[in-house]
Amino acid sequence: MTWAEQIYLPAVLNGMFITLKHVFRKNNTLKYPEEQRVFAPVYRGMHVLKRDEQGRENCTACGLCAVACPAEAITMVAAERKKGEEHLYREEKYAATYEINMLRCIFCGLCEEACPKEAIFLTDTIVPTEFERDEFIYGKSRLVESLEYPVDITKRQHTGKRTQK
Amino acid sequence: METGLIIEKLVVILLLFGITLLIATYLTYFERKVAAWIQDRIGPDRAGPYGLLQPLADAGKMFFKEDFIPATANKWIFIMGPGIAMFTACMTGAVIPWGPDVEAFGRTVSLQVADVNIGILFIMGFTSIGVYGIMLGGWASNNKFSLYGAIRASSQMISYELAMGISIITIVLMSGSLSVRDIVQDQQGSFGMNWNIFYQPLCFIIFFVTALAECNRAPFDLPECETELVGGYHTEYGSMKLGLFLFAEYINMFISSAVIAAIFFGGYNFPGMNYLSGVTLAVVGTAVFFLKTFFFIFVFMWVRWTLPRFRFDQLMHLGWKKLIPLSLINLLITAIVIAFREGWFTK
Repeated sequence: MTWAEQIYLPAVLNGMFITLKHVFRKNNTLKYPEEQRVFAPVYRGMHVLKRDEQGRENCTACGLCAVACPAEAITMVAAERKKGEEHLYREEKYAATYEINMLRCIFCGLCEEACPKEAIFLTDTIVPTEFERDEFIYGKSRLVESLEYPVDITKRQHTGKRTQK
Repeated sequence: METGLIIEKLVVILLLFGITLLIATYLTYFERKVAAWIQDRIGPDRAGPYGLLQPLADAGKMFFKEDFIPATANKWIFIMGPGIAMFTACMTGAVIPWGPDVEAFGRTVSLQVADVNIGILFIMGFTSIGVYGIMLGGWASNNKFSLYGAIRASSQMISYELAMGISIITIVLMSGSLSVRDIVQDQQGSFGMNWNIFYQPLCFIIFFVTALAECNRAPFDLPECETELVGGYHTEYGSMKLGLFLFAEYINMFISSAVIAAIFFGGYNFPGMNYLSGVTLAVVGTAVFFLKTFFFIFVFMWVRWTLPRFRFDQLMHLGWKKLIPLSLINLLITAIVIAFREGWFTK
């Protein structure tokens, strides 16, 4: 090593100037929750059970999503539609109870792919925090979309067109 | 002793103590912020505006934790460890002149708690005793890792103290007095710029490196790093005892920076001080001194987050085989030049 290299001081000073440059650089930290990251249109976040244009629930409790789920997070109990409930449910079978355990869910989206009725979709909402484990089992009250604020999932629907050659 | 003197000294002591503790508290915050900026992130910014209440949150956390003493530890020495570290750290601030003399209430108030004529030696002595805090803490913990940390800390401090002492001797040769106040006065010159750094740059570098080692700061922080020793001498400490150890380290850093600013960079002297007088001069001088001190604290932190840690044998090699011969040569050259100036060789 040369004498200049042996005393280490030039190298140390060089390193110190590099770190000083970093002090004055703009950094990329996002201050959540004041600023939120913009997600891709196909980001997989919290689930939503969609209704159709007339406001009837799409889900028929067929159980394909529960079978497809690799983490076994979805459970449901089916029920038969009664006389006066045609405006609530699309078909004769509906889900009386539909539960997703958000702690087991791995947000893979296989349930969204498996659903034949376009009922379940994943949105870009991040699952909020809770203090108890029980509160992470989401029932229909938290999953079915509300009528006043419908969730836009048009970018997630399969268009039927091939995207790759 | 007249009551005026007692009151004056009491006020200065209380002010100094309060300011030292306040600065040490906010140094913990400042360190995290500087570390974050260097690492391309933002530091604490949730507790209060810009995270300024973070030290209060940390202090609160430490108070609420259980203050335990391990069952097999030597109880009284365990308690004494952080106490000694804190005591010596605070005492060293007593001999540093924090500003020029102020004319107030019809008397000259000196902004220095005690102008002992052995100033610099007092500081060196107390830093040496400060090692005891670490050693006793490591020994009393009854834990292999703590013992290793204590051994490394004490050997590191002894090795680097020699080089520090020799560089201090060089500075004392330049000004002819051990008192820190005299060293600062000698750097006033005609324009307030007769700083020792212009005469002794090598001495400054040696002193800076040894001050880093004395404070156990990176790259010399082997005694307390986590990757090597779990926590070194403060493994078994929790709650306020740990808080005191860490606090003592920050106070040491503050005082070391103040000493560097005082003996190399002119203390409270600044260019243009001839045009001011009285209370304005005192205020501006003290502000300039604190500015220089904070700059050196920033350099301490800057070096910490730039350099990797020394291995223990590299550390010893640097201290004994490089810094001591270098400082001795520096001392020799300074002594020869001063002898020339005094006319020893032409009589």
